Amino acid sequence: MLRKLLVWLGVTLMVFSLFLVFVYVPTERTMGIVQKIFYLMVPMGWLAILSFLIIFVGSIFYLAKKSRRWDNLAFCGAETGLVFTTLALIIGSIWAKPIWGVWWTWEPRLTATLVLWLIYIAYFMVRSFASEEYRGATFAAVVGIVGFVDIPIIILSTTLWRGMHPGPIIFQGGLEPAMLFTLLVSLAAFTVLYVLILTQRVSLRNDQMELARLKELYH
Amino acid sequence: MEESGSASPSRAITVHGLTKSFGNHHALKGIDFEVSRGESVVIFGPNGAGKTTLIKILATIMNPSSGRILVDNLDLKDHAIKIRRSIGIVTHQTFLYGNLTARENLEFYARMYDVPDRQKRIRELVALVGMAHRLNDRVGTFSRGMQQRLSIARALLHRPSLMLLDEPETGLDQEANAMLWEALRSGETGTTPTIILTTHSLERGLEQCSRLLILVQGQITFEGSKQALKLDDLKRLYRHHTGVNA
Amino acid sequence: MKYWQKIMTVTWKDTIAEMRTREIISSVLVFTLLVIVIFNFAFGTNQTTLNLVAPGILWVTFTFAGVLSLNRAFVPEKEQGCLEGLMACPVSREVIYVGKMLASLLFMLIIEAIALPIFAFLFNLPVLSLQIIVITVLTTIGFVTVGTLFSALAVNTKAREMILPILFLPVVIPIIISAVLATGTALAGGSWSELASSLQIIAVFDVIFLVVSFLVFPYVIEE
Repeated sequence: MLRKLLVWLGVTLMVFSLFLVFVYVPTERTMGIVQKIFYLMVPMGWLAILSFLIIFVGSIFYLAKKSRRWDNLAFCGAETGLVFTTLALIIGSIWAKPIWGVWWTWEPRLTATLVLWLIYIAYFMVRSFASEEYRGATFAAVVGIVGFVDIPIIILSTTLWRGMHPGPIIFQGGLEPAMLFTLLVSLAAFTVLYVLILTQRVSLRNDQMELARLKELYH
Repeated sequence: MEESGSASPSRAITVHGLTKSFGNHHALKGIDFEVSRGESVVIFGPNGAGKTTLIKILATIMNPSSGRILVDNLDLKDHAIKIRRSIGIVTHQTFLYGNLTARENLEFYARMYDVPDRQKRIRELVALVGMAHRLNDRVGTFSRGMQQRLSIARALLHRPSLMLLDEPETGLDQEANAMLWEALRSGETGTTPTIILTTHSLERGLEQCSRLLILVQGQITFEGSKQALKLDDLKRLYRHHTGVNA
Repeated sequence: MKYWQKIMTVTWKDTIAEMRTREIISSVLVFTLLVIVIFNFAFGTNQTTLNLVAPGILWVTFTFAGVLSLNRAFVPEKEQGCLEGLMACPVSREVIYVGKMLASLLFMLIIEAIALPIFAFLFNLPVLSLQIIVITVLTTIGFVTVGTLFSALAVNTKAREMILPILFLPVVIPIIISAVLATGTALAGGSWSELASSLQIIAVFDVIFLVVSFLVFPYVIEE
């Protein structure tokens, strides 16, 4: 029931945000039509960080309670997070090409996203290298906690590193009300999409685990 | 805070509903037993029965998944550090650093356990295990048997009142094994310690302990005193419970 | 005070073992020298180029030296089950963490204390200033706080040598960035106030990861 509601909410928001992006919102003066990719890039970056928050929460509860369900939440958060972080990087470089003339630029936010992506990879690597699955889950939880705490420091240091680049200004009062509204709607649309994907994935993984457990029990 | 109901001054260990899972593998599936102070209990069981897991949990090296353990009427979960002071452990691994000398190894553990009068205690123990002449040599240069003897000294340093012996005979030769039991029986640790022994050798277990448990696939399937139990009876009993010959 | 005594006992144990074999310090020091020399070939001998890349070279060298030495930190504990012996001792798990971390910190600082003058000598750069020493000490603290945690983790995996850099490097990127920036500023004759923002980031990292590692370490070594 709730799921159905979410699906419809997501579809509505998604269509609405497309309308806002392509019809309603004025085109930015200096960057032109290219700037519209911004309404896709910001939600991706947001989901990359939101996923790590999910990993963080799942990891803490897994360490405290040692229940597989919390690990499943963290693991699925990491999977979806990796997808959105990868998308953020790809969209970021598509954005960089017309603006700076190169596919990759060490723009602070883009750099921070890349570092975050590397920590996501570490999260999966440590699992696959553990000798037993349950230990891999514990180790991954540790990486998840450390990684999440690292995010603000990564953002700080990459910003300091590049000085102030002419990057997109988001919440520093430089955004027109119409643009801000469009951005918020598309953030909401993608967040709903994210919640749908994540819950679906978590219940799938819970079932997989249950199946594996039952198989072991009756073999 | 006294643990109501199950507290008893003469009881050294109370294990209640102890389980331990590694992922989907259930190593211990609800273990209950009690050990009185000064008692010697042997746990028999085939490989993979959960003997080592049980010992590690009692030694607070490993956390149980569920269940309650009282050592000297203190809950293991809340008083782990205090309880560790009274536990001595001997396993097939020596817990000794190869790059340190015998003296340095013992000194390290003596400091960790706050042993009073360290040097004197170390000299006493190396004399007991017959290692006094190698005190300043690196443990890495010792033979396996010598390392094991030193590990007996290590385990006795802080005069433990609870000894956990996890298949000691896999590492100890005949002589060292005799030395260990001699030390435990002679009151080297002050009073007679409570002993929990796991072993493959039915003969040795029967000889050294007053009560026995048989652990099969994480469950205790037999518990009894050894009175009137001959080795042949035990062999039959063991086969009956485990399905294998000892 | 008992707490500190136990921590120092763990550090003391690691230190005398290291002094006997010099396993970590000597091998990592040789490695450090080799890296510095090889970088010289990579960037040529032009002094202006060297001035430009020197901070980078210095921190790449120290980062790799850190990975190499931290990789060894828990190896002796795995031989003969010593880690279990430590866990059976009447101390909290955190004592083990802090003790091991201080030992690794000591080894790293010794390595750096020898490598820095050599670096100054070979690259003809004034890296022996108070500023650079402060940067080095702060960054090294950051390295060993996370490094000790991940080293304890890596030693329990199948590919212990491989897994440490994969975990360690992305997490320490912020302090590598800040250390390189600060070293560059210091070499160019910058003032302390110009270093402040970089040093702050490193110090914040140190404090946060000391606390986080302290809290999660027990879960890494317990089953």
